Amino acid sequence: MPSLKDLKNRIGSVKNTRKITKAMQMVAAAKLRRAQEAAEAARPYADRMAAVMAGLTANAAGSSSAPRLLAGTGDDRKHLLVVLTSERGLAGGFNSSIVKLARQHADRLRGEGKDVAILNVGKKGREQLKRDYGSLFVGHVDMAEVKRVGYDNARAIADDVLDRFEAGDFDVATLFYNRFQSVISQVPTARQIIPAEMPEGEAAGGASALYDYEPGEEAILTDLLPRSVATQIFAALLENAASEQGARMTAMDNATRNAGDMIDRLTTEYNRSRQAAITKELIEIISGAEAL
Amino acid sequence: MADTMQFDLVSPERSLVSVPVREVRLPGTDGDLTAMPGHAPTIVTLRPGLVTVIGADGSQTEFAVTGGFVEIGPDSVSLLAERGHARDEMTQDIFNDMMAEAHRNRRSAESRRETVGEDVVTAAAKLLADMEALGTHVGLDPNQSTVPN
Repeated sequence: MPSLKDLKNRIGSVKNTRKITKAMQMVAAAKLRRAQEAAEAARPYADRMAAVMAGLTANAAGSSSAPRLLAGTGDDRKHLLVVLTSERGLAGGFNSSIVKLARQHADRLRGEGKDVAILNVGKKGREQLKRDYGSLFVGHVDMAEVKRVGYDNARAIADDVLDRFEAGDFDVATLFYNRFQSVISQVPTARQIIPAEMPEGEAAGGASALYDYEPGEEAILTDLLPRSVATQIFAALLENAASEQGARMTAMDNATRNAGDMIDRLTTEYNRSRQAAITKELIEIISGAEAL
Repeated sequence: MADTMQFDLVSPERSLVSVPVREVRLPGTDGDLTAMPGHAPTIVTLRPGLVTVIGADGSQTEFAVTGGFVEIGPDSVSLLAERGHARDEMTQDIFNDMMAEAHRNRRSAESRRETVGEDVVTAAAKLLADMEALGTHVGLDPNQSTVPN
């Protein structure tokens, strides 16, 4: 049975924790709004880029001279997994869910006898993957200094990935991130970025035939493919940023509620033992008086 | 036919401009061109340069872009630029930044001449030259940027 003083201290410390989690929740809510706005603002570019790419790739897909970024190296032996995670923890299952998906992927590919390499973006993913997959790491992008994800960040990652591709380090690159569905739901997603995924049949075919291309289609495609990789990485980074804040907000909301419950429980216990102490004292006084 | 069309200037981070316009003059990779309402649907890549926009009321606005591409339709022009700035927002700092990137780009192309081929090196050199021309055109000094190693 803890003493009254112990209980009081305990309640005080849980109250402090609740203040902290509450503050973190509110900060996450504010950041989430900003992250969502950023993701929203980036959508027109990504959408148009996707539309134009869809038209171009549909045309180029059949030709034998299609760029390697689109057609692939003709092999799928070496895989690069680009795992996007956050720099900070306390975001519920945000990082674990991405890492879990990446693990499954890596295990499956290795089971099929393929080479797997991992490029980490963000500290948390690296920490979680290091023990089992440390030997597969080919690089790490530190995002700790980045306050707001900008296109430049995405471009730097894309350049890194493209350099490796040109050097023949891998045949297929897949991006792992959390797709933002709502504040309470983030979906871990794997998306292949190299070679570019072919758009689904008819949707693309129709639009492309209408356009003139200057310079030629292939020149534009060569110019656009690297940009498209950067755009996709950028979109994933933004989704991830929004998801991270969403996950943190939910996690901190739960933590705040749990702290509240705990305070209630402890307060009841505190009051009960206080009452017990009073009753005990009264009994002592009364029995003392009766004995006289 | 309508005498105006919709012009959008979009960067990866946000939409910069969205206005009705009468004509847009573009620095295409293969040469300059002007898009007016009713233009045949075309997709054009851009070199670094100035985009001139004639608004619905005849006002003229200029934007500096570092390349990108344009989707021209009969009643809309969408410019997708990685970087775009209104001409009067172009400062020496921003320009130095752009120049530094063009320099970096060329250097990396040159260092990988064997793997990427001569065309890429030429393209990077041309990009740098275009960038310098753009700076001179808006009255900024292309030699102020520190060339990275």
